[in-house]
Amino acid sequence: MSPALLLLILLGLGGLAYGMGRARARAFATDPRAAVHSRPVYHGAFVAAVALLPALLLLAAWALLADGLVDAAVLARLPDGGGFETDLARTAFLTEVGELARGDIPSAFDPRAAELAPVWRAASQRIGWLFGGGVLALFAVGALWAFGRLRPGFRARTAVERLVMAALMLASLIAILTTLGIVLSLLFESLRFFRLVSPVEFLSGLTWSPQTAIRADQVGSSGGFGAVPLFWGTIFIGAIIAMVVAIPLGLMSAVFLTQYAPAAFRRWAKPILEVLAGVPTVVYGFFAALTVAPLVRQLGLSLGIAEASAESALAAGLVMGIMIIPFVSSMADDALAAVPAAMKDGSLAMGATVSETIRRVLIPAALPGIAGGVLLAVSRAIGETMIVVMAAGLAANLTANPFRSVTTVTAQIVALLTGDQEFDSAKTLSAFALGLVLFLVTLALNIYALAIVKRYREAYD
Amino acid sequence: MTDAGIALAGPGPAVPARTATDWKSAAMRARVRARYRSEQWFRALGVLALAIAGAFLLFLLGTIVRDGWRAFQQTEIEVPIRFDRALLGLPEGKPGPQQLQSGDYANLLDPVLAANPGMGRAISEGAWVRLRTMVMKDPALLGQERKVWLTATSNFDLLAKGSIDRTADEADRRVSDRDIALFDQLGREGRLRTGFNWQFLTGSDSTVPELAGIWGALKGSLLMILVTLGLAFPVGVLAAVYLEEYAPRNRWTDIVEVSINNLAAVPSIIFGLLGLAVFLNVLGMPRSAPVVGGLTLALMTLPVIVIAARAALKSVPPSIRDAALGIGASRVQVVFHHVLPLALPGIMTGTIIGVARALGETAPLLMIGMRAFLTDAPDGFDQPATALPVQIFIWSDNVARGFVEKTSGAIIVLLLLLMALNAIAIWLRNRYEVRW
Repeated sequence: MSPALLLLILLGLGGLAYGMGRARARAFATDPRAAVHSRPVYHGAFVAAVALLPALLLLAAWALLADGLVDAAVLARLPDGGGFETDLARTAFLTEVGELARGDIPSAFDPRAAELAPVWRAASQRIGWLFGGGVLALFAVGALWAFGRLRPGFRARTAVERLVMAALMLASLIAILTTLGIVLSLLFESLRFFRLVSPVEFLSGLTWSPQTAIRADQVGSSGGFGAVPLFWGTIFIGAIIAMVVAIPLGLMSAVFLTQYAPAAFRRWAKPILEVLAGVPTVVYGFFAALTVAPLVRQLGLSLGIAEASAESALAAGLVMGIMIIPFVSSMADDALAAVPAAMKDGSLAMGATVSETIRRVLIPAALPGIAGGVLLAVSRAIGETMIVVMAAGLAANLTANPFRSVTTVTAQIVALLTGDQEFDSAKTLSAFALGLVLFLVTLALNIYALAIVKRYREAYD
Repeated sequence: MTDAGIALAGPGPAVPARTATDWKSAAMRARVRARYRSEQWFRALGVLALAIAGAFLLFLLGTIVRDGWRAFQQTEIEVPIRFDRALLGLPEGKPGPQQLQSGDYANLLDPVLAANPGMGRAISEGAWVRLRTMVMKDPALLGQERKVWLTATSNFDLLAKGSIDRTADEADRRVSDRDIALFDQLGREGRLRTGFNWQFLTGSDSTVPELAGIWGALKGSLLMILVTLGLAFPVGVLAAVYLEEYAPRNRWTDIVEVSINNLAAVPSIIFGLLGLAVFLNVLGMPRSAPVVGGLTLALMTLPVIVIAARAALKSVPPSIRDAALGIGASRVQVVFHHVLPLALPGIMTGTIIGVARALGETAPLLMIGMRAFLTDAPDGFDQPATALPVQIFIWSDNVARGFVEKTSGAIIVLLLLLMALNAIAIWLRNRYEVRW
């Protein structure tokens, strides 16, 4: 019996249990002397839930554990656990046995696999029956117990609602579990990385060449894990070039849309601006690499910059800045809207023109909110991946020349983790260390920016 | 104080008589003009900012459409084919389906190539598949001769679409003079036609541009989005209901709220690292599988849905809750019978927007190995698959000239998909949203 089939059977049985519970409760309702507490649906739901939940839990455990148990039974037959040199060899052998036993492959490479295939089959069958029987027995016990509790005075609704509340709480826990999962997985792999490379070298070294040598005497075997060129590239593209594009354009479009444009124009222009934020980043990346980068290179060459490369910080930063415009614009929009109307009206009443009011009154008053929005935009820009992967290149240059190629933290994570991975090499693990830095920096930026925005809102409320 | 009053009244230092501003004076007029001029400039700057953003959007979409619409067309060449049993390696008599399937159909082109070796560069290396399909459908074709339209190679396709500059020097262009002569000859004989490229919509990835299609990637994306939706929607709505309607104000709830708000701003690639470390390495789930991609994207979409759902629940007025409580509904009944149905349109809108974002996401999928070269569409949630944005990324790296239009074509499909989703979201909002 496979877990998927059993799941279907269980769901069918659960429906049956629901129907029986409801039918029994309906019978109470016909008795005029009984004071029935809950409506029949709650009795049905109670029976179904009590019967299904433990059975489903056991089923999940089965799906997770079954392979491991079968493998253990097979390995127990081998003297000294098979004597495999690496985990990989053992996994490969067990996969082979399994495929042979299921009949997916006609013959096995390892002669021991043919011997053990019947063992695998027997163990798989035994464990299947054991768990399958267990699941069904658990269902039956639960259903009978719950059915036995149904009485006119039984508070089925209270019981069901308690279950619903538990489900709600569990759902809200997932967010914490995700955060915890991110922090723990990044920390764990980063610690393994920092056992190989010192954190001081990682955070202050100036050379980044993450190849690890196969032989100790190979050229460049030392590998360089100084991430400063990456940090610089990330800041250069995300916090400098992109912001030089996005802040003036975003701020001015917000000012025009909120202060000058007629409502009808605003209704059209704002969604069009938002389209810029909805275009997938891989599309921006393709556009940056194929269309913008050659233009930027030509511009560089015509300016007499001989080292203008096909992949440049400027191309990636420009396109990223355009992508961020709607984000900056909507943050600036919110900040301007939060300034009390009395300040604007006062300035206009004194005879200032609209632009004078905006420059001397509205923007200074909204500055904390705008600054918070810009910080959020920076945090988004430095975490952006596809544009820099496709347009900025992988050369770890420590340069302030926007026409040269630089690389960023995100681009390196992608480069390090695509292709073959071995999980004990510093090369692969360094991606997690970079991820940890990225996570911490964006987290700090977000918390700080949100705090600014919040304090600013409170000041005018 | 009185002293001061007296001093003001009495003779004191002479206060200069304030003359009224002469607005008509040349200096004042110039000042007012300058102020209005700067007003005009400022306004123009605002228009300019919007115009730049709009122009860029137009430029982006224009370039993509210009390069991409041709991906939906494919050139074909008419070739006389003799369905010769000997060439196919089929025995005399009525062959079974198995034999028909395994025949050597590429050999059928041998006579054509023998007559004109140049045709080898004109007819796609995968063109024989169509011959097999024809024979499988109608075995009576065996032994007969037919004129068949076969897929042209990428170079001939680009020639037909005018994407190759014929005036360029032969060394600089991808197509030789001989091929151009052959192309022109075929054109004169009326053996070229350009039709709708079904292969692009129904095929999967390939090493040759003219055989590459997006169906495999599209199906991978759809499977993934199903998993994402199936997990993130219920969990997100339940979490939002708990936080908005029931959660007590305490430290624990604060931690949940802070972590949800922060998750919404975590870079997507971090979710990819999480998926790699937890789903693949710890839980041992299959690499490149839609189920893992879907799970990763679900974690990413969850905070978006929670935030949207909370906003929708908050907008349901308290009077609804009070009325339901007043006539004796329990707290769970209030929410599930009254508040949630009223908030559902808003929740759906937020969910669709979150899902649209997940559908365009690339970086986390690269982390969990959905970058494989797959020539078949995935058959299930645990089969190796790729996704449409990842396919775009893979093709964009391909140097073959024919892939540029394929990449842009795939982008057009992706953008149309996202536009359709957003249109549904807007329609839902306009149709069902209630202003209280």
